[in-house]
Amino acid sequence: MTVEIRVQAVKPLRNTFGHIARRFGDKAASRYQEGTYDIQSEVNHHYKPLWDQERDLYDKRRTAVEMRDWYALKDPRQYYYGSWTIARAKQQDAVDRQMEFAEKRELLRSLPEAARKAIVFALVPLRHFEWGANTNMCMVSAYGWGTAVTQAASMATMDRLGMAQHISRLGLLVDGNLGDSLVQAKNYWTDHSDWQPLRREVENLMACRDWFEVILAQTLIADSLVYALFFNHFDSKFSAENGPGLSTVLDFLTRWHDESNKWVDAVVKPVVAESESNRAQLQAWADHWRTAFLSALSPIAQGIMGPIGRDTLAEINTKLGTRLVKLGLQDHGVAL
Amino acid sequence: MTTSKAPAKKLSLKENYALLTRDLGWKPSYQTEDTLFPAVKFEGIKIHDWDKWEDPFRLTMDAYWKYQGEKERKLYAIIDAFQQNNGQFNVSDARYLQALKLFINGVIGLEYSAHRGFNIVGREFPGVGTRIAAQMQAIDELRHAQTQIHALSHYNKYFAGMAEFPHQFDRAWYLSIPKSFFEDAITSGPFEYIIAICFSFEYVLTNLVFMPWMSGAAYNGDMSTVSFGFSAQSDEARHMTLGIEVIKFLLEQDPANVPIVQGWIDKWFWRGYRLLTLIAAMMDYMLPKRVMSWSEAWDIYFEQNGGALFADLARYGIRMPKHWEVTVKEKGHVSHQLWSTFYQFRHAAGFPVWLPTPEEMDWMSLKYPDTFDKYYRPRYEHWAELERQGKPFVNATLPQLCQTCQWPLLFTEADDPTEICYREGSYLGEKFHFCSDGCKDIFSKEPEKFVHAHLPVHQIYQGNYFNADVNPTAPDFNPLVEALKYMGINPGVDGGDFAGHIDAVNWELWTKRPANMHAPTTTDTAPERKSA
Amino acid sequence: MSHSTQPVFIALQANNDTMPIVEAILADNPLAIAHEYPAMVKIDAPGRLVVKRESVEERLGREFDLRELQVNLISLSGSLDETEDEFILQWNAA
Repeated sequence: MTVEIRVQAVKPLRNTFGHIARRFGDKAASRYQEGTYDIQSEVNHHYKPLWDQERDLYDKRRTAVEMRDWYALKDPRQYYYGSWTIARAKQQDAVDRQMEFAEKRELLRSLPEAARKAIVFALVPLRHFEWGANTNMCMVSAYGWGTAVTQAASMATMDRLGMAQHISRLGLLVDGNLGDSLVQAKNYWTDHSDWQPLRREVENLMACRDWFEVILAQTLIADSLVYALFFNHFDSKFSAENGPGLSTVLDFLTRWHDESNKWVDAVVKPVVAESESNRAQLQAWADHWRTAFLSALSPIAQGIMGPIGRDTLAEINTKLGTRLVKLGLQDHGVAL
Repeated sequence: MTTSKAPAKKLSLKENYALLTRDLGWKPSYQTEDTLFPAVKFEGIKIHDWDKWEDPFRLTMDAYWKYQGEKERKLYAIIDAFQQNNGQFNVSDARYLQALKLFINGVIGLEYSAHRGFNIVGREFPGVGTRIAAQMQAIDELRHAQTQIHALSHYNKYFAGMAEFPHQFDRAWYLSIPKSFFEDAITSGPFEYIIAICFSFEYVLTNLVFMPWMSGAAYNGDMSTVSFGFSAQSDEARHMTLGIEVIKFLLEQDPANVPIVQGWIDKWFWRGYRLLTLIAAMMDYMLPKRVMSWSEAWDIYFEQNGGALFADLARYGIRMPKHWEVTVKEKGHVSHQLWSTFYQFRHAAGFPVWLPTPEEMDWMSLKYPDTFDKYYRPRYEHWAELERQGKPFVNATLPQLCQTCQWPLLFTEADDPTEICYREGSYLGEKFHFCSDGCKDIFSKEPEKFVHAHLPVHQIYQGNYFNADVNPTAPDFNPLVEALKYMGINPGVDGGDFAGHIDAVNWELWTKRPANMHAPTTTDTAPERKSA
Repeated sequence: MSHSTQPVFIALQANNDTMPIVEAILADNPLAIAHEYPAMVKIDAPGRLVVKRESVEERLGREFDLRELQVNLISLSGSLDETEDEFILQWNAA
């Protein structure tokens, strides 16, 4: 790029930073590139963490998985803070319109009692599932290695909080802002027998401290099963019986999930492809957590879908198997 | 569809936030609280009720995205305009650019460190409100790191010493000062981290980084940095309220917390203050058009504002931080002592250094009536004379560093500015050196932690600061040159004297204006010459 | 709890959007003083400073959400309390 200053042309001396040029050549770089690659400190750390004296501050050993270059986990959405926030703000504008409409027309509040109860039982407790996901993605953002994956995890952390708050707003749409639905939903989450196995696995995952295992278990396994079951299948069943009001306010969640999946796939694939030992490790994790979450979802699947609950879950599980194969893993026919 | 129910209740900001956020967490049944939150007991802080946490800025994510999105749009529009119009040529002179190098090489790394540190706290605290506040700050700090990179990216295309900022942050000798500061915070426990950064740094000291300096950027025509700075500062306002809320929460939870928190306030006030010495030199020496002196800034933002803050905290039993009187005694000295040091070691810096002109020294005399003419003007005039004689003064050895703050031992005794302040301590039979009582105190409380510090000067002498492909037995082997290369500094190019530096030469070529507005060369064609 | 008179401040970017806000603050806080710096206006007040939504709306000519302050806010001091109607900075005395 040249520029005219008085009668002289001024050429830039270089087109980007040294570390970017070493990766991509000395040409103009994108904002995603300049904001992401090689930003995290890598060497010469000063002190042993008081909370983990066996490791360094940033330490590749916090996962069993190994990569020559953790920056291979680049985000296909190319989200740096600015592009992420602006994208979410745009999406949120649309959501606000949907929610205002739903509130003004009392789309949820005016449903028959059984339908309102079904929403509170089936969906509102997921605000806690989202809080668990927030906890897990926050762990990744804290202890992961390299700006590429940790910044995406940090954004995912805030996204999950956004989802949790959105689901909370659904409850308020049902109960007219009294908050009763939230109290009720929390009781279901903590005490209702249908919900306990899922809560158990969420807590088990919160206890896991291998950050890549957590990415896999949360975003690839648990989210695939949960989002399909509740926001796809339950929503379809509910709409068939009660009209499309609920679907309009679930739209945000399903769109977000579809977008997020692009990132998940882009992060898992290179790790699988890197080495046989990575592939074997991811396979083991995938099999373990798939079994755990499938079995954990069985009671609530039946609770919300009725007799077709088992088959619904089986169908979702088959789709997950297909996706695993696309990512380079095997579908070990894990079943209920 | 009509309903006979009463209309939906209208929620206030507080109510809405509480419902959407407050009880998202739950008491675990299938794993223990200790398993899920293993890091919150070892520091000895007692929390009886996490729900007592008051969320100061009740920002739900929808509002966060909305307002931050708006800020980003505005900021990037300015950055784009700046780039399109080559705004980098509009700054006052090429010396101002050198201040930006300290920013890009020193501060971006800090913002990123803060991002990671807050994510740790955002995971490890059990309380929902505190975790959300920490997570929001974490993502804000990512914002700061990236907007800084983007705001300064265009400068890198034209000027030296900016292209290797992550590499330098990990290796350059004076950048271990900011790096060790933040790593000390992150490697501490979550409670210490939050007091260190939210309270001591983001509340007590932050104004000293941004307020005068961003005004300085505005005074010197740097639209990109000003825009970044003011945009970032609005996030800082939220961070500051977090800082004050954190300290009150901890102090109100249990009286046993008070002495622990006081100890942290003492440590982090001092470490933060030492870090800010870099800002002191920038304000007094590197801004061609100066806004205020370090002494004035310290008076407004610490003595007055800080005084008000600690008066407010007195009811909890918190007092002013230890050694605060030293900072007041030093305020007439530190910037001059630091600049003198950078001048002596300019051949080893990542940016060029210059002596203040008579005009600039007159400004210093005005702003520092008790100290400048007595202690510092003579040495600058002496060095200027040596330059004129063709015998410029250079310090050919390497400076001794403080084990704690990692500054060279350039500070003087609080009550005697003619004596360098040396302090010593020992641990497990080894001797350690400090620049002050403040730093020695910090070491003495946690010697096992601080012995691991990576001191660049020590590393150079130990022979660790060379790239892998270097052969020390080769006849033309030059250890200083190799150390600079290891650090990501281009020997003979990035540092040295400002007059004749590639930035100065290019500046005059490209803009037809003096590289140093206070000392225009004979080839200067521009008539503009402004005093500070 | 008695109120302190220690200084509080709010600093805003100096631009078209903040002019009505600054006016509102000065009108509602008789002891407040505005200091102008490059690109910034800093308003100091002893002990307490309040930004009232209604006052801003009067001068702005449209609805105003106090959270919009965030877009142009640079810094502040004092303990913050925020409702839909008021944004208050103050120190409490011991």
